[in-house]
Amino acid sequence: MKISETWLRELVDPPGGRDELVQRLTMAGLKIESVEPVAGTFTDVVVAQVKNVKRHPDAEKLSVCVVWDGSAELQVVCGAPNVRAGLVTAFARVGAALPGDVKIGRSKLRGVESHGMLCSAAELGIGDDADGIMELHGDYRPGMPLREALKLDDVSVDIELTPNRGDCLSLRGIAREAGVLFEMGVGQVDCAPIAATIADTFPVRLEDGAGCPRYLGRVIRGVNPSAQTPTWMKERLRRAGLRSIDPVVDVTNYVMVELGQPMHAFDLAVLKDAVVVRRARSGETLLLLDGREVALDSETLLITDGNGPIAIAGVMGGERSGISSGTSNVFLECAFFAPRAIAGTARRYGLQTDASQRFERGVDHGLQFAAMERATALLLDIVGGEPGPVVDTASRQHLPQARSIELRRTRLDLYVGEPTDPDEVSRTFERLEFQPQLERSDDDVWSISVPSHRFDMEREVDLIEEVCRVRGYHRIPVRMPTTRLELGRLPLDETPRGTLKRLLAGLGYQEAITYSFIDPMLSDLLDPGATTVSLTNPMSQDMSQMRTTLWPGLIKTLIANASRQQMRVRVFELGRCFQHVANELTQPIMLGGVLWGDRLPENWTNERASVDFFDLKGDVERVLEHAGFASVDYRNADDPVLHPGQSATIWNGETELGRLGRLHPELEHRLDLKAPVFLFELDGQKMLAHRHPGHRPISRYPSVRRDLSLELNADVPAAAVRTCLEATLGDALGDFRLFDVYHGEGIDSNKKSIAVGLTLQNHSRTLTDTDINALIDAAVSALERDLGARRR
Amino acid sequence: MKLTDIIADAENAIAQARDPRALDEVRVRFLGKKGALTAQLKALGTLPAEERPAAGAAINDAKQKVQGLLDVRESALRNEQLNAALENEKVDVTLPGRRQSSGGLHPVSQALERMEQIFATAGYAIVDGPEIEDDYHNFEALNIPAHHPARAMHDTFYLNNGLVLRTHTSPVQVRVMEKQQPPIRVVVPGRVYRRDYDATHSPMFHQLEGLVIDEGISFADLKGTVIEFLQRFFEQPLAVRFRPSYFPFTEPSAEVDVECVHCRGSGCKSCGQSGWLEVMGCGMVHPNVLEMSGIDSERFTGFAFGFGVDRLSMLLYRVDDLRLFFENDLRFLQQFN
Repeated sequence: MKISETWLRELVDPPGGRDELVQRLTMAGLKIESVEPVAGTFTDVVVAQVKNVKRHPDAEKLSVCVVWDGSAELQVVCGAPNVRAGLVTAFARVGAALPGDVKIGRSKLRGVESHGMLCSAAELGIGDDADGIMELHGDYRPGMPLREALKLDDVSVDIELTPNRGDCLSLRGIAREAGVLFEMGVGQVDCAPIAATIADTFPVRLEDGAGCPRYLGRVIRGVNPSAQTPTWMKERLRRAGLRSIDPVVDVTNYVMVELGQPMHAFDLAVLKDAVVVRRARSGETLLLLDGREVALDSETLLITDGNGPIAIAGVMGGERSGISSGTSNVFLECAFFAPRAIAGTARRYGLQTDASQRFERGVDHGLQFAAMERATALLLDIVGGEPGPVVDTASRQHLPQARSIELRRTRLDLYVGEPTDPDEVSRTFERLEFQPQLERSDDDVWSISVPSHRFDMEREVDLIEEVCRVRGYHRIPVRMPTTRLELGRLPLDETPRGTLKRLLAGLGYQEAITYSFIDPMLSDLLDPGATTVSLTNPMSQDMSQMRTTLWPGLIKTLIANASRQQMRVRVFELGRCFQHVANELTQPIMLGGVLWGDRLPENWTNERASVDFFDLKGDVERVLEHAGFASVDYRNADDPVLHPGQSATIWNGETELGRLGRLHPELEHRLDLKAPVFLFELDGQKMLAHRHPGHRPISRYPSVRRDLSLELNADVPAAAVRTCLEATLGDALGDFRLFDVYHGEGIDSNKKSIAVGLTLQNHSRTLTDTDINALIDAAVSALERDLGARRR
Repeated sequence: MKLTDIIADAENAIAQARDPRALDEVRVRFLGKKGALTAQLKALGTLPAEERPAAGAAINDAKQKVQGLLDVRESALRNEQLNAALENEKVDVTLPGRRQSSGGLHPVSQALERMEQIFATAGYAIVDGPEIEDDYHNFEALNIPAHHPARAMHDTFYLNNGLVLRTHTSPVQVRVMEKQQPPIRVVVPGRVYRRDYDATHSPMFHQLEGLVIDEGISFADLKGTVIEFLQRFFEQPLAVRFRPSYFPFTEPSAEVDVECVHCRGSGCKSCGQSGWLEVMGCGMVHPNVLEMSGIDSERFTGFAFGFGVDRLSMLLYRVDDLRLFFENDLRFLQQFN
């Protein structure tokens, strides 16, 4: 909501200057977004009248004019298309300084002397109209300084209003608020009834009384179609952010800004039969004033006549019935539409208008008669004509009822945090035009009736807020809540997120936060065939699908960093993914990571080597062990996204914990990644668990290490050796190390050699050579029997 | 050969020995089984009995003297050798160490953790909730019915089946109240989504929501908590102001401005010359919201607040473009390790 400060001060003129006004309104919830001067800085510009105009002898587009500036007649050359004899306009005298460092001097234009310049509005920083020189309509005497004549020492105050304060979407509303805050009386707008001079009316019927509880209509005949909107009105509209259209529309807009009541003017000549307010029927369309044709849905409240829709009620009028340059008979609409009937309409059609903004939030239902009279008076002044009587068509049972709300002093004190002076309460509500009444003799409860302009008052808390707001939140005490000092829970089997993240950071991974919505193409590539969730109104196509896995975001991060010459990338993310499991949407927390490039930072101590599967697996093992998954199964993954020979799923018994592996080389190629990409993704919730350790006794007897070198078929997994040894040796196996794997020369091509170190122990005595040999023999025969191993 | 000559020989040989091996040869030559002094001892028998004690004592003295010289020389040689080795093993201590690179946490995570910890010290529990929400929890239960003009403030992302990406962390308030009766003291960190994108808006960002419900909770308690939090978070005694505002789920509602951390209130580019930064919204929980979630609004009152974690992170780390947080440029992220 924008408004001229000067205009506001005509109704209420608080002391303390502009800053004080801005500050008080802001601190009462009417946040001032900006304060802009309404004109540029200039000097020596006056009102002047063009006396006569001749063509320039040597320039087709220039005119040579005689201008009366109140003290002299001067020859001025002008290039504006609208310059004409009789026009009252803005004139910069020789010596004038205009915005943008323009100095006006005596000059010659194509050989003709010019003593000053006729100015467009844009040249003076008065709006952006640069199509021609200013045209002043109204009582403007040549010679008056323009700044004074148009009251340009003014600012346009832009107030950011919250949706509950529809009552402040007008000059009157803001003035009322300022009056309350400064404890000052507020001037009233003259809305005295204008007597009808003709009997003409136009029939109105309400078919949807709930949507339109009141509709006032008035016929005005014989308006002057060539009349001009007075400059003072155009200026006030401009300072409120509205463009001048034509005098009739300007008047309805003016009343809307002044009082908060949107109105609409129809061309009476076009209206057929009767105005009917009803919901749209299927198939109906309307060509709007802005030139758009819309198909109307059945929720939409319409103003119609015998030929169909003529306006979307409370939002925008139609082209067919609008005021045109030839209109001489007008039908004025001044209605109360229920907020519920209008809410959502503007959004559905993408038509946020000044009218819809007000009706959605609630227009004062006691305002229609006053607004109609005000508009009539202004119209008669500006375009003339003969007014008919105001015809009130109402559905009384649907008009909002007068309400009062109870306010308990105990409740107010509880919210505020200290006792409140009852006089302050009464005073506040009286100033707000509420009627507070002490209900009980003990002075503890007020019954407060709500004025018709306040749609946001429903419950006691709303009244409490008014008291706090008007007093100023800064005058409410500051204290800390007091409570029973309960101790918090610290679950033994949970890991704080920060701890898990720091484990990964310790392994060299940088945490990333990537968007939850991703490019469907990348999603398809990295999770083919997944059931996905898409946004119906995404920011853009590449942010339109909810991620099912963290990998697309991580790979995008990798690609971006690789393109910035990073030689190595280790990145992880902990966050939600969005999946369909058995037709149910789930939002599991996942922990994913990507590993790429050199194994170690380039350093004088090490050879450069690229990461491989076992770097990846080592990191994953660390995370799993931290969460208490010390022994898990790695099974070959059948994952189309991963390298078939370098990928695995991770299992704890029959529960899948995650997957890891190298990105499929085909995908690496398609994503233009020049080095192998290693990825992991784990069930984040399970990784946020923590193994709660318990003590196991340590053998007090010496342990013995024996190494075994074994030859096995190449396809026997290493894990099988360990499983077999653990099963055979049981408690006697204190530690197991796999310290060599060898294929190649000296061994059959379908065989491999594995060397393992076994630490043997006994908890009750020292092992003898006999014991040890028996254990090793048992181990070797089990390996021979179960895995076809041969001791080398 | 005379003893004095042998000793002189030995002295000479010991001095000549350049390393422990040579020295050992010298020892063998004089003190070994076939050594010169050993030979003297063996020859004692050939002397007359009365001369033997004196001669024997003289040989032993000579042996001790030679042994002493050997010991001194040995220790000198060992020292020499150690010094040579130490010299030889010297490294350039300014060369970089051998290691894996260090990673780190995202700055937003770090700021979020700081916030959580500040509240945790006062006994607030940290709770979590879904990011895809139903209309009921994101709007309806927060006193924002369909068609409410406040919905337009939210720039919601929609999914099919009436689901939305949560526009704030407030739905988790509702989920907490549905499960728990007061006293309630929680904070809710998490991702939220709104359809907006520029230097100060990201379509995905983070909020931290706080909710306190108990008997006798007042707006004064809310003010105290918010002011103390902001001062603890920035570790500066910043001025804080509360402006009346509007959220359907709180009444009275306030918008909170904090004294600009860059210019300390004198006006700069970051605060648009106003000296104030808008950092959060808060208010007393609306009784409709309490009642809808089954809490007795006569017995209990409460306050709620929600602030932009990313915005506070920007201020804490002096980051001037929100979008940097989500570009995940390693050169940016590593600055916070």
